[in-house]
Amino acid sequence: MSHGLLLAFEVTILVLAIFLGFEVISKVPTLLHTPLMSGTNAIHGIVIVGAMLVAGLDHKDTLTTIIGLVAVVLASANVVGGFVVTDRMLEMFRKRESPAEDDGSRSD
Amino acid sequence: MGRVATDFAYLATIVAFILALRFLSNPATARRGNQIGAVGMLIAIAVTFAQESVESYWEILVGMAIGGTFGFVAARRVKMTAMPQMVALFNGVGGGAAALISLAEFHLLAPDSGRLHGDISVSIVLSALIGSISFAGSLVAFAKLQELIRGRPIVYPGQQVVNGLLFGAILAAGIAMVAGAEQQWLIWALVLGSLVFGVLFVLPIGGADMPVVISLLNAFTGLAAAATGFELENNVLIVSGMLVGASGTLLTILMGRAMNRSIANVLFGAFGQVSAGAAAAAAGTDGGAVRSASADDVAVMLAYAHKVVFVPGYGMAVAQAQHDVRQLADLLEERGVEVSYAIHPVAGRMPGHMNVLLAEANVPYPQLKEMDEANPEFGRTDVALVIGANDVTNPDARTNQGSPIYGMPILNVDQAQSVVVLKRSMSPGFAGIENPLFVNPKTVMLFGDAKESIVNLISGVKAQ
Repeated sequence: MSHGLLLAFEVTILVLAIFLGFEVISKVPTLLHTPLMSGTNAIHGIVIVGAMLVAGLDHKDTLTTIIGLVAVVLASANVVGGFVVTDRMLEMFRKRESPAEDDGSRSD
Repeated sequence: MGRVATDFAYLATIVAFILALRFLSNPATARRGNQIGAVGMLIAIAVTFAQESVESYWEILVGMAIGGTFGFVAARRVKMTAMPQMVALFNGVGGGAAALISLAEFHLLAPDSGRLHGDISVSIVLSALIGSISFAGSLVAFAKLQELIRGRPIVYPGQQVVNGLLFGAILAAGIAMVAGAEQQWLIWALVLGSLVFGVLFVLPIGGADMPVVISLLNAFTGLAAAATGFELENNVLIVSGMLVGASGTLLTILMGRAMNRSIANVLFGAFGQVSAGAAAAAAGTDGGAVRSASADDVAVMLAYAHKVVFVPGYGMAVAQAQHDVRQLADLLEERGVEVSYAIHPVAGRMPGHMNVLLAEANVPYPQLKEMDEANPEFGRTDVALVIGANDVTNPDARTNQGSPIYGMPILNVDQAQSVVVLKRSMSPGFAGIENPLFVNPKTVMLFGDAKESIVNLISGVKAQ
């Protein structure tokens, strides 16, 4: 595929993602705005893919090795921290739904 | 793993992320959504490991061990009240990673003439610039929220000019790179300049405006990730980054609207510095006297009320009083008092901040009232109990055109029969604006740490 064609595809996907994003996110209630922030925080941890691609190159100079390593450190903190913190928050929101507070016995 | 198979596998990640956001529309499914998102992330990581170009593993494994451990420990240990700074921190590191990837890409591609397409250089410039601003800005926001540096706006003469010149210089470096200049120092200058700009950009923004800033920085990191996707010709980065970008943008707009201020005013207004306008607004406060009450007096008011509305703010978060507030509410309900919570969209330091804290304390959903729902209720409320909220209850926003917050929708607590304000001292709030509510004849002040005051109220109500 020519470079220009690839770019056209990428921009198309980008524009569709913007519309999809607004559509999906406008349905999130105010109640869950903090978990939304923290959940999207976890999602942008996807930069870990880019960080891995840099850090995983063979025969690279020292500078690239250092940059790649640090990028993986930052992105991993983003991914793990983001999902764990969001899980902690959402656990509280779920718990509040069951007045009996007997976790585990619920079937939903 | 070939390129085609890789891209199909990444599609699974994209679908998982979209489902994660869709499931967030309902508290009952939200947690499962987040777990689906995490699985999507694992797929992306596994697929990337299997890519042909990934041949050296130790850097990745060491990096993941360090970063993952830090992220896990920090996320498990953080208190719910410290959530805004944690979100700011995780946001910042994501932006930093995006900037570093661009730095490496330019370093690898630029010396080899002809490999750097125009659109790739544009993406490298954008992701380095936005990612660095997000990294530095988020760290400053973290420091402000953690109270490592003061939350009041930090301003100096000519600030806008300095920021403008700096941004102009950054843009010039970026344009030179897009135009084909391949000197390495250009991208280093771009990153360094953007880091400084990120610091200067967030420093003048007051603590009370943090919900807008955090949302905006969230959008920035998303955009930086999407730009990285163009650099690496990777769809999963483009789509995920834009989803986050859309989310952050939407939240920024919502928060700005909740304060009836333009985003530009929040970002460049250095809101909350002691200005002539604020001084004029303060003049109205001097006339009245502040009435202070004891916890026992307030306990009697609460115990014999029909309807009590709690108005939580950042003070409740700082004092970590949410569990005691819930206990007080339970006690009042046992006595037959009708209890609800009025929540202003920008109460606290991030969107939905109060909701998370009250969720931690297991407050039932039906008792949480958003501003539009809560305001008509104040007319038939006996006691409005303001717990560490300030600007969002300031009647000057309705009446005083000289007030910096004139026009901001507020909770009309002054329409209640009586108002009790729990506050540490008479000092003005984070935004530094005087609040005439405190000298309203209907208002009594209960000074002290919010948590201690609530505990005293609990024993007071029990004694009735």
